[in-house]
Amino acid sequence: MIDTTKYVGPKWGGVINRFMADEYTLSDIDATRYVGSKLGGVINKFLDDTPSKDLGIKMVTPFTLVLVALIGLAAVVAVYRLIFGIGAASNLNDFWPWGLWIGFDVLGGVAMAAGAFLIAGSVYILNWKKYKCIARASILNAFFGYLLAAISITLDVGRSWVIWHPLVMWQVNSVMFIVALHLVLYLCTLGTESSPMVFEKLGWPRALKGVGRIMVGAVMFGVALSLLHQSSLGANYLIVPAKLSPIYYSPLLPYHFLVSAIMLGLAIVSFETLLTGKVFNHKPPRDVVEGLARGVMIVGSVYLVMKIWHLVTGPGVGAVLDGSFLGNLYLIEMTVGVILPLTLLSFRSVRTSLERIFVVDILVILGVLMNRMDVGVFGVSEYATRSGGDYFPSIMELTLTAGMIAFAILGFKFCAKYLPLFPESHH
Amino acid sequence: MAISRRGFLKGVAGGGGLILVSGVPFANARMSTELPPQAVGLLYDATLCIGCKSCMVNCKAQNSVPGGALYKKGMKAPPYESKGPKGDEGIWDAPQELSGKTLNIIKVYKNGTAETKDTAVNGYSFFKQQCLHCITPACVSVCPAGAFRKDPENGSVYYLAERCIGCRYCQLACPFGVPRYEWDSAWPEVRKCQLCRHRYAEGKYSACAEFCPTGATIFGKVVDLRNEARYRLTLKPGTEYDFPLKTVYSAEKSHRPVARYADGTYGLTEAGGTQNIMLSGVSFELLGFRKNIPHSDLPQLTWHYIRKILWVFAGVFTGGTAIYQFTHRNEKEASHD
Repeated sequence: MIDTTKYVGPKWGGVINRFMADEYTLSDIDATRYVGSKLGGVINKFLDDTPSKDLGIKMVTPFTLVLVALIGLAAVVAVYRLIFGIGAASNLNDFWPWGLWIGFDVLGGVAMAAGAFLIAGSVYILNWKKYKCIARASILNAFFGYLLAAISITLDVGRSWVIWHPLVMWQVNSVMFIVALHLVLYLCTLGTESSPMVFEKLGWPRALKGVGRIMVGAVMFGVALSLLHQSSLGANYLIVPAKLSPIYYSPLLPYHFLVSAIMLGLAIVSFETLLTGKVFNHKPPRDVVEGLARGVMIVGSVYLVMKIWHLVTGPGVGAVLDGSFLGNLYLIEMTVGVILPLTLLSFRSVRTSLERIFVVDILVILGVLMNRMDVGVFGVSEYATRSGGDYFPSIMELTLTAGMIAFAILGFKFCAKYLPLFPESHH
Repeated sequence: MAISRRGFLKGVAGGGGLILVSGVPFANARMSTELPPQAVGLLYDATLCIGCKSCMVNCKAQNSVPGGALYKKGMKAPPYESKGPKGDEGIWDAPQELSGKTLNIIKVYKNGTAETKDTAVNGYSFFKQQCLHCITPACVSVCPAGAFRKDPENGSVYYLAERCIGCRYCQLACPFGVPRYEWDSAWPEVRKCQLCRHRYAEGKYSACAEFCPTGATIFGKVVDLRNEARYRLTLKPGTEYDFPLKTVYSAEKSHRPVARYADGTYGLTEAGGTQNIMLSGVSFELLGFRKNIPHSDLPQLTWHYIRKILWVFAGVFTGGTAIYQFTHRNEKEASHD
């Protein structure tokens, strides 16, 4: 670690040195001094990190500082975008009205959140108790995925301040209206599903009991919303048969989106369970990860059959083998996200090795995220370039997306430190 | 937990049923695929167009007044293009494309020596791009805030800026690539031709038809325009015909020989049919009108998905409740703690 006392004097240098060594914790702050005893007491309780001490989460690391820097830059971009407009901040144009923020942040962010409804449904409705230990983490993960989508779409629409219009100006023919309504409702549902952690931390038994009472209903609501939301993002593209490449366009596109999101959701939950096991002092439950890998294998096989069926009955297998830009993207996406993972998982040695499952998870995540970019951004390229359009994300678009990812990672880490995210590790 | 889990589950199931019942209006929400009774539109005959662009100039002027499709509060001059041909940027209003400032554009097709008008090989032809006013418009169906509307009487497709959130789904959904965005604005609007609907109350009609000197663009009721187009297609090339000017009903005629038409009438079936229709001597595909546009209305494609939504809720809540009861059958006693 650099000794900053040399550069900025002993007083400030000492403070910076101690900060970099992560010697300050938020629990040192006595909030009652600033906001009164009642609210301050609640804040103090929330910021007490002693229960999660054994996870050994350090907040000040070079990695988190980079995350903070990215979030800061993204905040600057967001302000610029709000003041000067979407045209000034992005490279979008009349032929390419949707770009990186829709393709990655919204389509990808929402797909990454699919794990929550699967795990919540398994635990609360199917009563598969073994997955209970990862329920909170996967729901929180989904919460951040949706938050990412919500913030990005707010900045992507040209009139951000009136983005609430669809909630009061219903237009039931529009898939986008359905998407908007579901986004808001599901964020509330995820908030409800996550709230027990907060109430537990604050020690509010009555609130905890109240949420417990509506939990099953909330989970069912969440399952219905997720089934619809995941598929409706694909349904958005049902109305563009003449623009979206036939490699991707299909009347079954909503189901392609739903099934691939389920595959991605399982992979993300598995990835995150293994990753938290690596970076926090927390042992990943082996049977859970193996169960998730089985899930990825089953759902991935269904997805593969659907995609092959689509190719054979639609544009033909030749359409992806002709060496065209979109054909190659399709091949890469399917190889990385579906064929390679399924091949690997067909080996018992892979299915029983946490390290190898981790690799498979990463492949699935990359493949499905690429699929969303392919449909959302590249899929209309033939139409757009023929009409004279060209698009590559601007520096500001890339910065905001990077900042949003950083926000999700840092937010998850913060919650892991201050909320009882892995209940089993405390008992 | 659960003072009365059974009671609660009843509530859940009841709530699901309630959503289903309250969703009955959904069933009637499907968009009409019929031509409105008093539907009006334009007939553009490329063989009559001389490329004078009078329609473009007057479109911009007539739509930059209160009520017009280009008007914004405090506007003093029509929104002229700031871009233009290379080297002459911003010197005059020379639109190259439809844009947030241009609702109507005349372009030219050229091939080889470009000698003969209305001929595909070694010929040229003008063509017009603007909103075609679909009978079942995709933009109206996809707008999440109802900012695009179709007039139930005259069928013009118009835009309500105060509802728009700027998601640009209309731009993606329009099969003709018509709606354009004000990319240079911090509070942008979507722009497209609204068939000069603000001029009907004064007894006027679409400016592009009124100011067309050759009768290439004429205004009228869609049924009459379709009849006129059908009649022109039956005429033998080279024979003389009295082409009406400005409107299909006009007594003002332009007496001239009939050119050879390449295709049938464009806009009868494209995207389920449009209120603006076109005739041309060069095939529409060569003029840049995409061939793969479906010949049925587009909103039905998403409607088939949307109408299933309430059933998903009903299915998840009834199925979920049943599964819950089954999987928790051995925990009934334990739950009453």
